[in-house]
Amino acid sequence: MSGACLLAEHGAQILVLDEQPAPGGQIYRAVERVATQGRTALDRLGGEYAAGVALAARFRASGCAYWPGSTVWQVTPERSVWVSRNGRSVHLRADVILLATGAMERPVPVPGWTLPGVMTVGAVQILLKSAALLPSVPFVLAGSGPLPLLVAQQCLAAGARPAAFLDTGSPSNMFAAMRHLPGALGLPARRMLAKGLALRAALRRSGVRVFRNVRDMRIEGDHAAEAIRFRSGRAEHRVEAQLVALHDGVIPSQQITRLVGCAHVWDARQRCFRPQLDDWGNSSVEGVMVAGDAAGIGGAASAALAGRLAAFEALRLLGRIDAAQRDKWAAADRRAMRAERAVRPLLERMFPPRPEILCPADDVVVCRCEEVTAGALRQAVAQGCQGPNQAKSFLRCGMGPCQGRLCGPVVTEVIAAARGQTIEETGYFRIRPPLKPVTLGEIALLET
Amino acid sequence: MFRRFDKDDTPLEFFFEGRRVTARLGDTVAAALLAGGAGPFRLTPASRAPRAPYCLMGLCFDCLVEIDGVANRQACMVPVASGMRVRRQPGPPSVA
Repeated sequence: MSGACLLAEHGAQILVLDEQPAPGGQIYRAVERVATQGRTALDRLGGEYAAGVALAARFRASGCAYWPGSTVWQVTPERSVWVSRNGRSVHLRADVILLATGAMERPVPVPGWTLPGVMTVGAVQILLKSAALLPSVPFVLAGSGPLPLLVAQQCLAAGARPAAFLDTGSPSNMFAAMRHLPGALGLPARRMLAKGLALRAALRRSGVRVFRNVRDMRIEGDHAAEAIRFRSGRAEHRVEAQLVALHDGVIPSQQITRLVGCAHVWDARQRCFRPQLDDWGNSSVEGVMVAGDAAGIGGAASAALAGRLAAFEALRLLGRIDAAQRDKWAAADRRAMRAERAVRPLLERMFPPRPEILCPADDVVVCRCEEVTAGALRQAVAQGCQGPNQAKSFLRCGMGPCQGRLCGPVVTEVIAAARGQTIEETGYFRIRPPLKPVTLGEIALLET
Repeated sequence: MFRRFDKDDTPLEFFFEGRRVTARLGDTVAAALLAGGAGPFRLTPASRAPRAPYCLMGLCFDCLVEIDGVANRQACMVPVASGMRVRRQPGPPSVA
């Protein structure tokens, strides 16, 4: 949104394709609608969410063409784009494509995670933001990092009390992270840390049962979630809950950048693949740029700055400004970006993903669509399966409707560990079009 | 599993498995079904295991339903409309 505003304000001809029905992405989801319901509705979701109101207004006023409800299902390195909208597909061509597909929550494969009633913490927040829906059954939030704390606070503010909060963070990570503290003390970082501490304090005051250092989670139930069993300290616990929300950080959404054929690198600190980019967001494919969390996790403020930096570069690519002009205009945003980024090493060290979800036990389903377990994957490796793409032919793993979105990161980890090789050597699923289901009828009606 | 925490501004009605369900304008089909206590959205083709939404942002495809006769629609991405006919996806197609 920030990049699009800037480009439109400088007279570039720009079209924004958004899969959502309204501006806001995931962070500011449904922000215009919530704003019409008044101050209380906005405040319930916190001050940072309210910042989206001004951004959405600026976006609407920027004059860029906006197609909400658009599903992009093919993008080529030659910058052709196929998009489905209102049941019709069209083919577009662009001089520059800026991909800003954001992040996804890291999959949390624990026993029972496929049962109805098990969701991501982000999913619970989506219902809160976009549909004014709150859990009405006993529910548990389980995870580490900022999001579960924020959602706990949002639920409490709106009137729903979790049966328990399961903190899966480990004290040793907190301790180890402290050496990054001095580097993280810029203003944005101080604000973020203060907010985190305030959320923790609010949770403590609320009296919600909090379990620390939680591990070995197992969700029980025959046809739907009924309870969650876990260890905390030395003891084993069981909490009844028909809704269990899981979270273990976020990772870049790779589907489109993989499809286009952008080169990706392994980010060991964030424990995820991300597209290989230069300082402006140019990928290895000419004219294809990436900004925001899809480029590597940096958070909302950093995403806005990355969008602006990419927009300045896009103006240069389009021949509207030269490099000197770009550098001059971008200087302030680049400084702000450095300050925003300073807190990341601390956060990354504080909340690394737990080993048990990166390489789950044999009986845990990894590929939800085709119901392939970690054990089946390891067996395939023992039979000679060399990597994620071969796992498809062995097991159909990653070939269901989600096209590997949810199992991809885990499949790579499990195969790498089983083969005793690095993640880079193991690689990732090849992603093919269509990115989302599209009817034959739509393809037949395409004008070329 | 979920309840509204503010007043319904624009109620509308649609059908799930032939049953009337009240939703509100702006809901996705998934949100409306979760608010309406729909239970599982589909059974998996592999083992007929029941599934309901996991991510609600278009990634997991566990919310797939049939909408107005078209199968495999992502309930979390489709805005609900008045009179819409939504059905559960009952596992693998039968081969007669």
